[in-house]
Amino acid sequence: MNGVFHFFILALITVSAFFAIWFKDLLSSVVSLAVFSLLLSLEFYVLQAPDVAIAEAGIGAGLTTAIYVIALRGCKALKKSGGERR
Amino acid sequence: MYSLSVIVRTICDVFAWFLAVFGVYVIIHGHLTPGGGFQGGAVVATLFAFLLVAYGGKKFIPFYKSSLFSWFETVGLLLFIGTGLVGLGTTFFYNFLAGQGGLFGSTVPIGPNSGVLNSSGTIALMNMAVGVEVIGGLSLILYYMFKGIRLYEESGSEETGHDR
Repeated sequence: MNGVFHFFILALITVSAFFAIWFKDLLSSVVSLAVFSLLLSLEFYVLQAPDVAIAEAGIGAGLTTAIYVIALRGCKALKKSGGERR
Repeated sequence: MYSLSVIVRTICDVFAWFLAVFGVYVIIHGHLTPGGGFQGGAVVATLFAFLLVAYGGKKFIPFYKSSLFSWFETVGLLLFIGTGLVGLGTTFFYNFLAGQGGLFGSTVPIGPNSGVLNSSGTIALMNMAVGVEVIGGLSLILYYMFKGIRLYEESGSEETGHDR
């Protein structure tokens, strides 16, 4: 039972990591990265490290997603105001 | 960054305080349950990310007192180092409160995790210091990331939602 659960979580982690690279839309990519972090925290919990799971869920799925979304909005505002793009 | 629609704001109002209380729980029970100062501080700092995303910069920037959170950072660091220096009679970071009685010094019963909250000596104090430090630091990272991108000046004067 535990092995099946492990395999399922690891397969979903691989799929979400693939989609984080594959999406052309950057916001979808960021959301996929948040799903990756959430599944990784679940995997840490299954591996009996709840400490690391809480840190991963807080930092990876919460704060990093917010910072990425803010950076994306900033890129959009820069593009709209005619700032130079690289 | 614009504020989101009224549904997002209401859900943020209801659930943000559960998030804050859970973070403070993780900080104060750091020596008994999984988690500790860093994890609880990260959970509480996620509260400010919620508020920023839901309400937008126009309401968040006046609400968030950045000087207060700079003080949080300083006070947490000084409390941590000071707790280490007080035990310097024997060694650095010596647990001088453990087993002494009083507020933090009750003795630990034999057996698995007994759940006695004030049984850890200076470790609970250090967890609180690290928690205050991490709350200040991570929310300041969010704040300066947002201000440095200058979305605050460019967001319009009237409040706009995604449903309009």
